Amino acid sequence: MKLECKHVWEHISEYLDHQLDAELLKDIENHLENCEVCSAILDSTRNILVLTADNRTYELPVGYSERLHKRLEKALRDAESAPEKPA
Amino acid sequence: MPANVEHEKALIGRILAGDVDLFHELVRPYEKLVYVTIFTMLRNEAEAEDGAQEVMINAFRHLKSFRGDSKFSTWLVTIAMNEARQRLRKAKAAPQESLDEEKEEREGDFTPVVLTDWREIPSEALEKKEMRQKIRAAVEQLPPIYREVLVLRDLEELNQEETANALGISITLVKVRLHRARMMLQKLLAPYLKTAAPANKGFFGRMFS
Repeated sequence: MKLECKHVWEHISEYLDHQLDAELLKDIENHLENCEVCSAILDSTRNILVLTADNRTYELPVGYSERLHKRLEKALRDAESAPEKPA
Repeated sequence: MPANVEHEKALIGRILAGDVDLFHELVRPYEKLVYVTIFTMLRNEAEAEDGAQEVMINAFRHLKSFRGDSKFSTWLVTIAMNEARQRLRKAKAAPQESLDEEKEEREGDFTPVVLTDWREIPSEALEKKEMRQKIRAAVEQLPPIYREVLVLRDLEELNQEETANALGISITLVKVRLHRARMMLQKLLAPYLKTAAPANKGFFGRMFS
């Protein structure tokens, strides 16, 4: 089946997640081979997601870890917050 | 960082048996995960940090209810997302956010940005502070109902079912929202990435050469 670009765009997410059924996948891959625009959109979407998930994209505030463990320490010491211990 | 599941299990057992100091060690690999989950939703460093601390304390208090049928990290991320959503609710939804929700069921026409001269992942682009800011800003612009799905699926790598469970929505809705979130992100970011990529012959250049 011949697909229109717009139809391909609707399935980019499923394509990236490998969730397309075999028939549609074949049609879409056919289209991608012959459509520079759609394959570019697919690549850019994939790349943008890789960059967004990259560990460098989000940074922790300076001193975050120290403050976290300090506060945790208090909670751990707090008898009321201790997990129930087996009798 | 693939945490050693067996080691984690053993740690949890010992913490529950009273060796509570080990909790520091248990959560250390996930400090950032918890922070980023909340930060992307609240868009505020101080609130995200406070939220992350609360999440860790809550995780400690409820450690006994962790059954081990999911990954510990997934359990933590779910608690973190709940914390973020609660805080968002408390801050009461800004008027534009409720409008965004209304738009959802409408079949949206989406036109992605065409970007043909950028094929490789310009990972070095992230070395630039400016680029990292652009990406964060784009994520922040997504309406919360899309952002939360994107964060859980693509940043924290929960699977569809885990995401659906964490958000209390159907798997179908997870898929629909994730698609739209990704497409919105593509539209917002593709133009910037184009300029960040090394100059290259574009689509028409290649086509007609």
